[in-house]
Amino acid sequence: MAADRDFTRKRLRFGERLVEGVLFLAAAAAIGIVASILYVLISQSAAFFREVPFLDFVTDTQWTPLFEDAHYGIAPLLSGTFMSTLVALAVAVPLGLLSAIYLSEFAGHRTRESIKPTLELLAGVPTVVYGYFALLFMTPLLQRFIPGLPGFNLLSAGIVMGLMIIPYIASLSEDALRAVPQSMRDGSLAMGATRLETAFRVVLPAAVSGVGGAIILGMSRAVGETMIVVVAGGQQPQIVTHPAQQGATVTAFIAQVALGDIQYGTLEYQSIFAAGLALLVFVLIFNFIAFGLQRRFREVY
Amino acid sequence: MSVADVPVRQDLTARPPGLAARHFKSHSFVIWGILATLIGLGTLVALVSELWVDGGHRINWDFFWSFPSSNPEDAGILSAWVGSLLVILTTAFFAIPLGVLSGLYLEEYAPKNPITSVIEIAVNNLAGVPSIIFGLLALGLFVQGLALGQSILVAGLTLALLILPVIIVATREAVRSVPQEIRQAALSVGATKWQATQHHVLPYAMPGVVTGIIIGISRAIGETAPLILIGGLTFVAFLPITQPNQPLSYTIGEVDQLGSPIDPDAMERITVSNPATLSLPDGNVVELAAGQSMEVPSGTYVDTMSSWSDAIASWMPWSWSGQSFTVMPIQMFNWTSRPEAEFREAAAAAGLVLLAITLLLNGAAIWLRYRLRRSIKW
Repeated sequence: MAADRDFTRKRLRFGERLVEGVLFLAAAAAIGIVASILYVLISQSAAFFREVPFLDFVTDTQWTPLFEDAHYGIAPLLSGTFMSTLVALAVAVPLGLLSAIYLSEFAGHRTRESIKPTLELLAGVPTVVYGYFALLFMTPLLQRFIPGLPGFNLLSAGIVMGLMIIPYIASLSEDALRAVPQSMRDGSLAMGATRLETAFRVVLPAAVSGVGGAIILGMSRAVGETMIVVVAGGQQPQIVTHPAQQGATVTAFIAQVALGDIQYGTLEYQSIFAAGLALLVFVLIFNFIAFGLQRRFREVY
Repeated sequence: MSVADVPVRQDLTARPPGLAARHFKSHSFVIWGILATLIGLGTLVALVSELWVDGGHRINWDFFWSFPSSNPEDAGILSAWVGSLLVILTTAFFAIPLGVLSGLYLEEYAPKNPITSVIEIAVNNLAGVPSIIFGLLALGLFVQGLALGQSILVAGLTLALLILPVIIVATREAVRSVPQEIRQAALSVGATKWQATQHHVLPYAMPGVVTGIIIGISRAIGETAPLILIGGLTFVAFLPITQPNQPLSYTIGEVDQLGSPIDPDAMERITVSNPATLSLPDGNVVELAAGQSMEVPSGTYVDTMSSWSDAIASWMPWSWSGQSFTVMPIQMFNWTSRPEAEFREAAAAAGLVLLAITLLLNGAAIWLRYRLRRSIKW
């Protein structure tokens, strides 16, 4: 039929095909970027692991690439990252969740509509500004209460990191709480539960996968955060057992090496790629879990 | 609350025991909720006031128009904000077209097939990659692999990759919210798919796309970690671009690190547009008037003022993109890590400027989004 032929011809027009090709190439760039990240990290790390046995990397308890007697154990760096993230979560999870429950279950429409954008503004503050805040505001403040707190410590870096991720956790959790259908709240209230009981025993359990996803996303931010720990956390890699100690995180180590004079192709140069690969693996696992949880909460309702 | 917890009530008109206490708890939770929210908001207030107390007095005209200096009183952010501006221009040049086109492809064109899902997985994962990893990518690929040097071009490209997922996701959401009827109407009167997308879908999606672009650019302005990795210099007392009638000096031909010509016999004819002093390799000094030309040997040192054409040439992207640079957040980081308290005042002042720019941009984006949500009802 004629109409069919016209349709076919239009589909095959050269310009349209060209546009589609260009658009496809633009979108495929994302694959290229991911592939380049993996290639660069893995190829440099492979060179690193030819010199340093993988077993030493995992089991050695010292990270001293700059010393005569060089040790390359990732554990001190991971302990620094773990400790600062733990402090950040201890601050951000309770505060973020309280905020989210208040905004979703108690606050009026107008309060919510004015507070949420302000929280989003916080997410736009450059991290180097947070670093300044941690070093020159939070640390002196904490030193008044904790005598003997060193000038560089993971506690103040972690607390400020927690303040930084509150908006993420509060905003994403609020979305999850609000996605719980009103009928469930109505049912609970009709049975005589108060709003608080409804919030904690009905709404929160129903939104638990979305809230969990929000927390893990916040955690992944904290793990990958660089500037706050570089400025305020200290540079000495050591096994950290107490938050008031100073210590280097994986990200802080990478930045610190980059700030010095790096010679391309040396073991020190390759070590920052190995550390970066370890960081990426952790962050991707967290993101994968968070993504799965968030998708589950979308599917349920 | 399990069924067993609920006491069996004989008199249904009586208030259940403990109800008042439960309601009191429920109401008093509001206080905790407000308190928690205020801590979040209070952080912003504390940040701004801390920076203002430390560095507010440093904000003046000279601060914006001075180079960094070893004397903290004179230190300014001229090279930092010019560097930031040039880096962000480069970032926008790469990230905006790439991000918007990718978003359009994924929403409007992409067939449901394995390649599309791989692209989607890649975009989602890129959004969660820590910024310092992009720095490692730039170091390994751009600086070392492609030998692009520690330049404005590399910095701009790196930040472009970093904000690409932000722009793609925003474009997708904006395009998805355009109702199907708009597309059908355009297609039914004979528009091709691209015509419908370009003339009808994209204009409606524009406010959402612009919101995403602003948020991405604002993030790029504040990013520090990836630029530390590619060696954003922290002490830069020159500008990659120049003005007319500024001191300008250069050497003719290729020279080694000591300034001696690699090929001493090579001659080159030069014409100077401003009066110039030429120091020849044999030690002679020649004065040239504006417009004069002369045959000079390789290694001749020319000391002159920049002309209008030199200035204009320096403003061209291919000229400044290869230059080394510093940016606002790196300048602030550098001053913060100095032990002298006076440098911290400069750091606080730089932080205030940085905070003002990013908060303004984010505020604009949030305002745009909320206005959009109110005004458009499909």
